[in-house]
Amino acid sequence: MSKALKLTYILIVLALLVLPLVVVAAVSLNGPQTLRFPPVEPSLHWYARLFTDSEWLVPLRHSLTIALCAAALAVAIALPLALYVWERRGVAVQLLTGMGLAPFALPPVISALGFMIFWMTVGGYGQIWATIISHGIFLVTLPLVTISLGLRGIDRSLIESARVMGANRWAVMRTVILPLLLPYIVSGYAFAFVLSLNEYIIAYMVAGFTVETLPVKIFNALRYGYTPILAVVSVLFVVMSALIFGLIGRFGNLPRLMGAERSQRD
Amino acid sequence: MTELRIDGVSKEFGSFRALDNVSLDIPNGKFVCLLGPSGCGKTTLLRVIAGLESPTAGRVHVGGEDQTELATHKRGMGMVFQSLALFPHLNVAENVTYPLTIRGVAKAERDARAEELLDLVRLPGMGARRIHQLSGGQRQRVAIARGLAISPKVFLLDEPLSALDAALREHMQIELRQIQQRLGVTTIVVTHDQKEALTMADLVIVMKDGVIQQAGAPMEVYHNPANAFVAGFIGTTNLIPCEVADGTISALGHTMPVVDGDRVAAGSGPAQLSVRPDHVLILPKGQGIPAEVTFLRDLGDSRQVMLNADGQELVANLPQGSDVQLTPGQHVGLDFRAGERVVVT
Amino acid sequence: MSATVTETSAPRWLGLWPAAMLMLFFLVPFAIMLAVSVAHRDQSGFYEWGFELDSYARFMSGFFAKVMAVSLSVSLSAAAICVAIAFPFTVFLAQMSNRTQTLVLVVLLSVLALSEVIIGFALSTLLSQTAGIGNLFHWLGLIAEPQAYTPSLFALITGLCYIGFPFAVLVLYPPVSRLDPEIVEAARVMGASGPRAFFGVIVPSLRGAIVGAFILVFVFTLGSYLLPQLLGRSEDWTLSVHITDQAVYQSNLPFAAAMSIFLMLVALALVGLASLAGRDRGAAA
Repeated sequence: MSKALKLTYILIVLALLVLPLVVVAAVSLNGPQTLRFPPVEPSLHWYARLFTDSEWLVPLRHSLTIALCAAALAVAIALPLALYVWERRGVAVQLLTGMGLAPFALPPVISALGFMIFWMTVGGYGQIWATIISHGIFLVTLPLVTISLGLRGIDRSLIESARVMGANRWAVMRTVILPLLLPYIVSGYAFAFVLSLNEYIIAYMVAGFTVETLPVKIFNALRYGYTPILAVVSVLFVVMSALIFGLIGRFGNLPRLMGAERSQRD
Repeated sequence: MTELRIDGVSKEFGSFRALDNVSLDIPNGKFVCLLGPSGCGKTTLLRVIAGLESPTAGRVHVGGEDQTELATHKRGMGMVFQSLALFPHLNVAENVTYPLTIRGVAKAERDARAEELLDLVRLPGMGARRIHQLSGGQRQRVAIARGLAISPKVFLLDEPLSALDAALREHMQIELRQIQQRLGVTTIVVTHDQKEALTMADLVIVMKDGVIQQAGAPMEVYHNPANAFVAGFIGTTNLIPCEVADGTISALGHTMPVVDGDRVAAGSGPAQLSVRPDHVLILPKGQGIPAEVTFLRDLGDSRQVMLNADGQELVANLPQGSDVQLTPGQHVGLDFRAGERVVVT
Repeated sequence: MSATVTETSAPRWLGLWPAAMLMLFFLVPFAIMLAVSVAHRDQSGFYEWGFELDSYARFMSGFFAKVMAVSLSVSLSAAAICVAIAFPFTVFLAQMSNRTQTLVLVVLLSVLALSEVIIGFALSTLLSQTAGIGNLFHWLGLIAEPQAYTPSLFALITGLCYIGFPFAVLVLYPPVSRLDPEIVEAARVMGASGPRAFFGVIVPSLRGAIVGAFILVFVFTLGSYLLPQLLGRSEDWTLSVHITDQAVYQSNLPFAAAMSIFLMLVALALVGLASLAGRDRGAAA
């Protein structure tokens, strides 16, 4: 098959993926409260409304707060975990790695119910910090994977040479390992941030009625009929995700981050 | 004065014995080459000296101080790794002064030292470059400069030139030797390249299977190998089974009296005769040991003849300017130059 | 190895903090959930600690067997379609330049990260009467009247494929991109045509990866909660929806917990199968 044909296949599939988003972007421009395509009386006033209407601003603030803190917590757990298991082996190491990978591998509704019952039992149900901790634990997998990947790429002789040159354990960590890991830490944080922002079921079951996040708010609003403001929020989410992943792709090696280890043609 | 003393060091990895009771004294200011085939334990020995491996048994003394239990980062050594291990996130000057930064040396002093070191390795003004902008030879020099940054008591290099192409490698061998002589730092280089060892070293230490086979000056090791392994590993040689008895050497059905200059370490009995290709003499057919020419190759500055004498493969170098005409399949005679024969076990 | 000179880069105590966090907030919730699943349901909306298997017994009823069957078959179809589209996509993608790959990965990650709410909303808009393809078909003269295609089983499976596709590609991407291109080139040099090289060389050498990806996408779509509500009819509701429904609206936590435990066992068994499939490939390679 020729290269052009392969590219065509890729582009068609991508077009199908992007198509619903394009329709959503278009209906967000409807003037009246209707979801028509092509839009009627195009206007941006629903965009203005999102950023002025406290009905939407509060969930937006909740979502951002939760995502920023939860991603930080996920990194704060994943970084020491990845460093600890890096040069060790044994049952404890495997258990710890498994616990770090499990939350993301199971259907999220299971974790969601687990968190819900947990917070009901110990107190904290309906609190924003309960959502933050739940998201932080749920998303540990992402920074754990990216940071472990970064650690695998560190040449052991860099560490040994730093030690010969007088660096103790802490100095090696500070001057060699962490600077080399930084891109992987940042992308792990970004992954966790974007996924926390979009996560519905845990946020809903842990504090859905008191701390509305944007996805929860959207879903609630959907029940009362579709309005262009839903499309506006969706566009915002798509743009934000694309922007963050675009930045990772621009400043990091996305193919390698996704697991391609063969040397790449450029 | 002994700078470095290795005393009965052994190192085991599981059931594999990488170093087997190695003892060694290295005098101050010497350039030492650890030479041997891969897996002989030379790199392990270097890593034990650096503190990157702890020996299973034995002690390591540096400058009279027992450093066997001392953590790597407190030993104050300089080291160049095979992969060079330059830090990709630091520029050239930051790499070179890394050991000083770690020791809390002030910025101004570090900058001055970086300039000095880069001058030493002939990379003046390159401090701001990134590592990935450098050529292989330049990286090599940065790694050497970094290893010397704190004026270490002992400077260790693990196959430092193996990544370079042949011409550049020879050039760097000479340069490394010159830098070492200028600074007078005790230097230990691991290499598997016997030519490299002969070019640079004051002291060559030949190792095999975790055991030191011979330690001596390059020419001493070359001319007076302690055993067949050393004879075969240093330079090219012909190893021929022989019998020593009553001041004679018998090999290939030919008996030769031992003369002044021949080195016969073994007593009487079976041994091996080592003769360098330069000392294999080609005679007309009918004289000496009968042999057949199997292959000829012209190396430009010399001609090499492969021979077969009663099943024994031999190599001879034809002297420069020799006009002896040979063709493969031709029958000739052989002799080994008197006074250049070495019998080893 | 002696601890005096050869040391690891990270001290041992560094593992304590993540271990404590994960145990407290991951294992403990699980333990509590397990306990709740055998607790006695209190009609007031809570539960009394105890040990009874009523919740599990209730689960064995015909209704929930049907729910499970629906969940499984919907996810199976979606996973099969996903992998069928994603595998050639990934193979072609891995042959593109690094730049193209990065761009495509950005799109895929953005879609993957997108909330199910938004995907559900976008697809229901696309399949709606006023803004979607029904409109388009009408305009093209294919159908007499603009028509809505949601809610329906078709819409649900489309939605699950939509969320599953980027996931399938990302799971397939590492093994596919590590496949030695010389294997294919060798097949081509020896006379295999393009499709023949694809089915004769690429597919068999990645069989384990394909099976693994299929199972992982299956588990991934099995966990979908919002799409069945947004795009499907109530008879298409999956186990995830019923779990939430029981927990939040019926206030029957023991029953929800029992269903979660069951779903987890199914998922764990499947993930185990997937890693076995992956290992199989490792042994063959």
